[in-house]
Amino acid sequence: MTTRLAALLATAFLFGGAPSAGAAPSPSDLEAELVCPTCKTTLDQSDAPVARRMKQIIRERLAAGATEAEIKAELVDQFGSRVLAEPPKSGFDLLAWVVPLGLAAIGAVGVGALAWGWSRRPEAEPSPPLDPLLERRVDEALDRFDG
Amino acid sequence: MQRVGQTIALGGVAALLGLLVWKVAFDRDGGVAAELGRGKTVQAPSFTLERLDREGQLSIADLRGKAVVVNFWASWCLPCREEAPVLQQTYERYRDDGLVVLGVDYNDFRQDARRFMERFALTYPVVFDGKGSTAGKWGLRGVPETFFVNRSGTIVGEPIYGPVDSERNRDAYERGIALALGDAP
Repeated sequence: MTTRLAALLATAFLFGGAPSAGAAPSPSDLEAELVCPTCKTTLDQSDAPVARRMKQIIRERLAAGATEAEIKAELVDQFGSRVLAEPPKSGFDLLAWVVPLGLAAIGAVGVGALAWGWSRRPEAEPSPPLDPLLERRVDEALDRFDG
Repeated sequence: MQRVGQTIALGGVAALLGLLVWKVAFDRDGGVAAELGRGKTVQAPSFTLERLDREGQLSIADLRGKAVVVNFWASWCLPCREEAPVLQQTYERYRDDGLVVLGVDYNDFRQDARRFMERFALTYPVVFDGKGSTAGKWGLRGVPETFFVNRSGTIVGEPIYGPVDSERNRDAYERGIALALGDAP
């Protein structure tokens, strides 16, 4: 059951964007998912000349009936995958997704193992009773302090 | 168990120190422009890029033996329009002396670049660096930027930031050409 759930989650993660890839997106959807190559911000945040030209191309392609995937593929062909706000979930770029998740998983397992180890440590020995003479002197000192 | 943990931690620290030493000693952040700024003699970084003026690819190694004016530009860049006729004139004037102007179109659309070349009647070779890999090696700060490479592939003169042959860099431009051709000491 756990294995099937993990496989389902992994599939949803890897192909999360796929259902919308063929649908007609709005220009602003695409502008939020693409990065200006000169200023490194998403197109919707950029007014650089190349960003303005990219926005114009996006509108032209959408008007001509191109899909989100086709437009992204054209822009990646021109500028490389650095124009994608999220790295592709395939090939070498997949590492950008897998490595942080893998490290987080290793960290979680490590913390869990430490917590388990600590929970199984024997209780600390109870401290020996205080010497009656010392206890009386402490009480007297406290009485003087309160008085 | 504790010893294994200590060994792993020490290994991690040693690896990070190694990375730091490598970064300080060998890192070329800032590309050739930064090295030129430190007064070093620098070979032109090699590249092989798709041509925009015709089919095929062009490598800067193919131009060894010629003086090369390497000009980074983009069609959306206004100062690039200003300098395009000057670069074309330079190419026509010095071509028979063995000088090539090489345009490197950067962060641009191919169709826009070709339209630009047509508009300014550019006949010198132009390559496409859409992905910016070559611009990174050269330490490009923006466009336009121009470098001068002599016949043996060494960068000479001062890089020109901004349009060439303007009031403030005319001397540097002419000196760069002369150095690339081997006509200046």
